[in-house]
Parts: sequence; C-alpha cells; structure tokens
Amino acid sequence: MKTMSPRRTHRLTDHVLATFVWLTALSVAGFFCWLLVDMVSQGFDRLSWDFLTSEPERSGRRGGIAPMLVSTVAVLIITFVVAIPLGVATAIWLSEFTRTQSRPAVAIRFSLDVLAGVPSIVYGLFGSAFFCVWLGMGYSLLAGGLTLACMVLPILIRTTEAGLAAVPADWRQGASALGLTRWAALRFLLLPAAAPAITAGLLLGIGRALAETAVLLFTSGYVDRMPASWLDSGRVLAVHIFDLSMNVTGGDKAAYGTALVLLVLLLLLNGLAMALTDRWLARRIVQA
Amino acid sequence: MSPSRAEAWLSRSLAWVAGSAVALLALIFLFLITESLPALVDGHWLRFFNSSGWFPSAGEFNLWPMLLATVLATLGALVLAVPMGLASAFFVSFCAPPRLADMYQRLLMLLAGIPSVVYGLWGLTVLVPMIAEVAPPGASLLSAILILAIMILPTVALTSDAALRAVPVSYWRGGQALGLSSQTILLKIALPAARTGIFTGILLATTRALGETMAVLMVAGNVVQVPGSLLDSVRVLTANIALEMAYATDAHKASLYVSSLLLTLVVVMIVALGRRLEARS
Repeated sequence: MKTMSPRRTHRLTDHVLATFVWLTALSVAGFFCWLLVDMVSQGFDRLSWDFLTSEPERSGRRGGIAPMLVSTVAVLIITFVVAIPLGVATAIWLSEFTRTQSRPAVAIRFSLDVLAGVPSIVYGLFGSAFFCVWLGMGYSLLAGGLTLACMVLPILIRTTEAGLAAVPADWRQGASALGLTRWAALRFLLLPAAAPAITAGLLLGIGRALAETAVLLFTSGYVDRMPASWLDSGRVLAVHIFDLSMNVTGGDKAAYGTALVLLVLLLLLNGLAMALTDRWLARRIVQA
Repeated sequence: MSPSRAEAWLSRSLAWVAGSAVALLALIFLFLITESLPALVDGHWLRFFNSSGWFPSAGEFNLWPMLLATVLATLGALVLAVPMGLASAFFVSFCAPPRLADMYQRLLMLLAGIPSVVYGLWGLTVLVPMIAEVAPPGASLLSAILILAIMILPTVALTSDAALRAVPVSYWRGGQALGLSSQTILLKIALPAARTGIFTGILLATTRALGETMAVLMVAGNVVQVPGSLLDSVRVLTANIALEMAYATDAHKASLYVSSLLLTLVVVMIVALGRRLEARS
C-alpha cells in the first residue's frame, strides 16, 4: 500500500494530511503516557498488601479497599452467571437457527443495538425501579449484578455471534453429512471453534462491567462495609473512586490508589484475553 | 425423546431465550414510562421547556439548559474526536510501519477500556485545575468536551479503521494504476468507499457521548445554566439524574425518569438512522 506513484505529486495538502496524522498519533500516545504517569505517581505509594486486605477508615481516606474488592467480585459473579447462558443461547439461535432476514432476528438485532446504546445511568434507573423496588431486592449486590447483566448482554451476544459466524460453512455441512444432530454439532464442533471469540467477548464484557459506575450507584448502593450476603448493599471499586474524588475531601490519593488497582485488573484481563485467544487459535490451526 | 423432537425442542427454547432481548428492551421502556407518568399525565408537557428553571422543590422542571448542555458537549466532543479518530485510523491502516501500527491499535483498545471514573478522576485533578489557572472555575463545558472527546476517540478510530480495512484491495490497485498519490487514493477512493462504516462508528460514538455520566459529572461543574461560553459550568442530563436520584421523590423523581426516557428515545432514533444507512448501502 505504501508504494508511491511514479509521478509524485508534492502537493501541500498531502504534507498537511501526513503531518496531521502523525501529530494526532503522537498526541494520543502522549496523552496515554501522561495519564499513566499521573496514575502511577499519585497512586503507587498507596498500594500495599494492607491496602488490598483492610477495611476503609475515615470514609476511605485511610485504610484499604477489601470490602470493595469483595463487592466487585460478587457483582461480577452474579452478572456473568446470569448473562453468559442468556447471551450464548441468544447468539446460537441468531447465528445457527434462523435466517438473518427473518422478522424475529431483525427485531432482536435492532433491540440489541438499542440496548448497547442505552446510557448506563438509564440502566441504573431501570434497575432501581425494577429489581430494587418492584421485585423488592432493595439496594443489593444481587440487584446490581442483575442490572449489570442486562447491560453486558448485548456485548456478549454480539461477540459470540461473530465468533460463530466466523466458523466456515463447510464445517456445518460436513457435520450434517456425517449425520450429527444440531446439538452434537454445536457441542463438539461449533462452540469449541468459537471458544476464542466467546472468551474474548467475555473478557471484554468483564472489563465493561468492572468499569461501570452509573449502573451500580442506584442498584448495589455505596455502603462501604463488608457485604454480609448477596442481598446486602455493597460498594464496587468504580463507585469507591467516584465517592472518594467527589464527596471526600482529601480522598484523592486513595482514589488514585484504587484507580490504579482497577487499571491493573483491567490490564490483566486484557492480557489474559490476548494470550487465551492466541493459544486457542494456534491449537485450532494445528487440529484443522 | 427422539432426536428430531429433541432438535425441535432445542430450537424452540433457544428462540424463547433469544426473544428475551426484545422483552428486556420492552421492560425498560415500560418502567421508564410508568415511572415518568406522574409528570406526564397532567398534560403539562411544556413545563419541561418553559418553566422558569430547574427548581425541583418549587415544582419547576425546565430541562432545556441541561438538554442544551448535553447536545453542546456531545457536538463539541465529536468536532474534536472525529478528525482525530479518522487520523488515528489513517495512521493504523496506512501511515505507520506495521509494528508501530499494531502497537498503536493496542493502545487505542486500552484507551477504550479505561473506566469513565478514571477519566473523570484525572479530569478533576489534572485537567480542571489546568483550565482554572487560565479561566476559573475550570470545571466547565470545555473540560467536559475534552474528556468526552478522549473517551470517544478510540470508538471512532477503531470502527473507521475496520471500515477502511474492508475496502477491497482492487480499489487501491486501480488508484495506483491511475498514478494517483497514496493520499489521493486514501481521501478520494478509500474514504468514500468506507463512509457507511465510518458514519456508523460516529453514530456509536455519539450515543456514548450522549449517555456518558460519571466522567462528565466529575468535570463539568454541574451548575444548571445555559452556558454563555465554553468556560461556563454546565450540567448535562445524565449527570443531573445521577446527582439527584438519591433523594428525589414524586414529581421530581418522575421528571428524572422523563429525562432518561428522552435520552433513550434519542438513542433509538440514532440506532434506527444507522440501520437505514446500512440498509441503503
């Protein structure tokens, strides 16, 4: 793509464009470094084993983030226990059991597009009206997890569907030629083949869920003690960062420390996603 | 069960589960509408636009300043993020050497995954004080636009890059055969060919900017007013919901649900527009 034409046209606009492109790339990279340096320099001295394992004191100015870690993990578990079966089943139906242009499929895809675009605060309002009040769960980890499940569902479905769509059509034809039932073809052929995409989507979804604040503000609440059960209110990491920086004077240091923990978790998830995808891809190529 | 009956059962139950996506959307609308009803049934629709201001305790619910702030912040962010996002996509697909392009793409993915509270925290402690040195109070429409632009830039860049990659190689070869410079091919052939994908990405970024809550809440200052300049504090619709939901009751609470219903309807319209574009091309 980079070969030049024989008659090089040294027009001014060409140089302006190239300069703009390189400047943009440099400034985006520069911004990322700036952000990273700020995060590490402000948050690093707060990080210690104690910070991860102790309860917050004085509204989080001192002490640690143990209850927030526990709440975050609990909310994530509830979210994905609900969202994975729903998401994978929906994706399987959309990609294997119906035509793309069929009416229900079009309606479902449109709904998914809208659901993916609905602002997170709207999910929060919906969750607080439906799960907390109407179903009587109150401010609880369960209500937060279920609301979050609604929010990550479109991401899971989209990525799983893309993974299934990437499986070549002749694999399916081969399976039916061998007399495999559709269930067997799914179980032993299509789902294993789509596993990297499903895993990548899952990790992407976990990343989104981990980053979410607005959904959980009015569903799982912001009580900063250790949650006693899944019906107890609990504060997740992202809400903790928000509260420390907005409502607690002198909480900035602790907020940066928590943000650093959150970023490290997200980086680990990203790295894991890439590693898993690479390994699975390699294995698949060897088998095929 | 015989195999064929098991198959039919599997297909039917999967269809039911898949329908839950539609059901969920319907449920969300149902709840937004029923919760908004107390503020809508008396027929005073116009109160959301012509009351004297946003004074919930006095029953004045003028959404206009916040609606305007949301629109201005979103447009401002798009004005910055679209050219820079496109430039990033050009960089990844054409300008950069392969290894650098790969690194830059991973960087964009990382930026896309950074939580909005982290952007908000950074904006609040670094960006806002910087602006405040020049023009107090610092927490302003400008800071909201800058933070939003940073947040939606990866979306624009990654979708545009995907759209540009989908342009057939033969278009490039044709352009080269005609002796066009690579920039001309890029701007006059590849860009028009990829325009639907790019535009869909921009629409996606628009819904993200419209719906962003925490980051904007943290940097925009949250004064309910029609901004006179870029440096005035503003409060956007989403931030208003997050700030007041905790203590709102009755008509106040209902009007917060009205604003979220409004936002959701706008999202539906944007998604429908994207569908139309895709169907036409």
